Amino acid sequence: MKAFALSLAATMLATPMLAMPLAARTIMVAPGASDQETLQTALIDAKPGDTVRLAAGRYALVDGVSLDVAGVTISGAGPGKTILDFTRQKGEGEGLLITSNNVVIRDLAVENAKGNGIKSKGSDGISFVNLRVEWTGGPKSTNGAYGVYPVSSKHVLIDKVFVKGASDAGIYVGQSQQIIVRNSRAEGNVAGIEIENSYDADVHHNVATGNTGGLLVFDLPDLPQQGGHAIRLFRNKIIANNHPNFAAPGNIVASVPPGTGVMVMANRDVHVFDNDIKDNAGNGVMIVAYQSAFTDKSYNPLARAIAVHGNRYAGNGGKPGFPGGAEIAGAMGGALPPVMWDGVIGYAPPTGGERAADGGVVIGDGPAFTLGLVMQGVPTTAARPALLATATALPLLPPRIVLPAAQEARAAR
Amino acid sequence: MKRLVAAALLALGAAPAPTVNTARLLAADAAPRLADYGLFADAEGRVPAPGVTLYTLNTPLFSDYAEKFRYVWLPPGKPATYTATGVLEFPVGAVIVKTFAYPADFRAPDKDVRLVETRLLVRRASGWVPLSYVWNAAGTDAVLQRAGVRLPVQFIDARGAARALDYAVPNTNQCKQCHQQGTIATPIGPTAANMNDGAQLQRWAAAGRLTGLPDTLPRLARWDDAAEPVAARARAYLEVNCGHCHSRAGFASNSGLYLQADEPVPAHQGINKRPVAAGRGSGGRSFSIVPGQPDASILLHRMQSSEPGVMMPQFGRTVAHDEGVALVRAYIESLPN
Repeated sequence: MKAFALSLAATMLATPMLAMPLAARTIMVAPGASDQETLQTALIDAKPGDTVRLAAGRYALVDGVSLDVAGVTISGAGPGKTILDFTRQKGEGEGLLITSNNVVIRDLAVENAKGNGIKSKGSDGISFVNLRVEWTGGPKSTNGAYGVYPVSSKHVLIDKVFVKGASDAGIYVGQSQQIIVRNSRAEGNVAGIEIENSYDADVHHNVATGNTGGLLVFDLPDLPQQGGHAIRLFRNKIIANNHPNFAAPGNIVASVPPGTGVMVMANRDVHVFDNDIKDNAGNGVMIVAYQSAFTDKSYNPLARAIAVHGNRYAGNGGKPGFPGGAEIAGAMGGALPPVMWDGVIGYAPPTGGERAADGGVVIGDGPAFTLGLVMQGVPTTAARPALLATATALPLLPPRIVLPAAQEARAAR
Repeated sequence: MKRLVAAALLALGAAPAPTVNTARLLAADAAPRLADYGLFADAEGRVPAPGVTLYTLNTPLFSDYAEKFRYVWLPPGKPATYTATGVLEFPVGAVIVKTFAYPADFRAPDKDVRLVETRLLVRRASGWVPLSYVWNAAGTDAVLQRAGVRLPVQFIDARGAARALDYAVPNTNQCKQCHQQGTIATPIGPTAANMNDGAQLQRWAAAGRLTGLPDTLPRLARWDDAAEPVAARARAYLEVNCGHCHSRAGFASNSGLYLQADEPVPAHQGINKRPVAAGRGSGGRSFSIVPGQPDASILLHRMQSSEPGVMMPQFGRTVAHDEGVALVRAYIESLPN
């Protein structure tokens, strides 16, 4: 049973006869006859500071695998070389699960997970670096939900990650804080990159293309962390996100119309700037309230204090997918202006009365228009579209996200 | 189940009284063999050692139809302490033991019983430590298994149908995933409410195994007692089978779906609650529970599924629990629309 390809090698130079703190080790793993047990055993045996190094090759995994040891790096030989293959997965909700702090997962691929690709739950200091998470049959409703999925995590770094085929979001950051998503590519997912119920995120230098929606910033009710805010989306390429929506109905992303470049829903202090937003057939940028009825007394469904400026638009809006969109496009000369706001500035909380938005929507580029819906819950078919004036005074940007230097150093290897 | 143990006890006759090896239990490294702990008087793990006490729960976790034998070992002179909510407080050195077994034919549940695995939760000074020991085919020895393993299991079910399944022994991380509440691991089953059958806790108190037992006790319904209200039975079932993850401190805290039997907020119970990260697990349904409409309810859909990525719980079973599904279906049907 233990005769598997696992060996230990000290990464530090051997220093004979000296009392030393436990040396960080490298646990070598190679593909073989019992990949599930080999890899899972290595992840259980790892001690803080260790690296679990996965040699090149294809690992046939029949269940999820998980890591619950802090300070461990899992590294492969590259996202084209070390492949965790979950095609024959029989159980568990994700391929790889991480539940410990200060973990780096890098230089490998996860293919065909039955549920999510790689998830972290409750991890402080989680870095996903140079990864590929892919459903190799292309976009399908039977693919897993999320590619890379940190949730209830803090100090989250997603760098040089490629995700393709997720039936919900390729890169999904949920209920987390202090987040950087950069240099990544999301292609052929329902949502490319989604930041949900999260605080303090920088999403920059990514490419989102061929998804139903490119970049989404959402906030939903009835969750332990809500009130999403302080999100910056900048220097991304958000190109031709026109894929038919293949999410299972019932999920929030199932409501994203094909052709959506950027969608901001029910958040505060979101800044969208210096992006290339092109060839998305619906809205280049869509800013909306949460549409559905809700009973959560502490939930704010409004998009407020939103700033959109300095983006470069081309070829958006020719074929909007939301109800009434085609008619509005027709009235506006055949194509929607690139920035759309639903114009919702108030809502009726479950406690009674009415509440107004604490902060407006500022468009510094455009052209932009409003649907003039005014109150949360009014359907888009009741829109009274009108062009919006371009603002010259822009709000201050939220501060740049700076992750702990040690985390950046571990991720830079 | 009790008959089996009684028969085994008789068979034991006058063998010398074995002792539980507390030092081995508390050692930092796990013993390679279950027998090393001395928790059982026989090599086959059928007869608990003196002081290792069988206990029962009103509503147990479903585990692929496995029969389960639950025991607790308390170090001499160290009783558990009553708590009204959550699990009883157990002293350092306590061990909770659960053996999973399949009779060849569930219509004769005491005959030809094959033990599959024995799981331990050991209360060390640092906290609870989960361990799993897998029985060999002959049923004569159980060895430590940390990385999980799949075992083919066959049996005739209670209705006489031949069943075969791919039983999954959990890996150490999976043990922790279910047993984690916040930052600490904890047992799940032995709460006062779930152990309260009207006599068991009183018996423990009389034997000096439990202190602080009040006169009035909380009680979790028996999921399979048709005399009890459907809602109480179903919510007890959901608490035991789902609530360890679906709680504010559990692995599924981020879902906002909290399945404790006493959860007061309808949305957190799942009623008209939209999914968050269900993905294709939603099965195209919009709400966890639609009152009066079980087939429109995601919760029931995921209970009925045995497909990874859809099924709930995510592990711990490989087949649907038909009787549990029927109960939750009846509960959802009974909810006022």
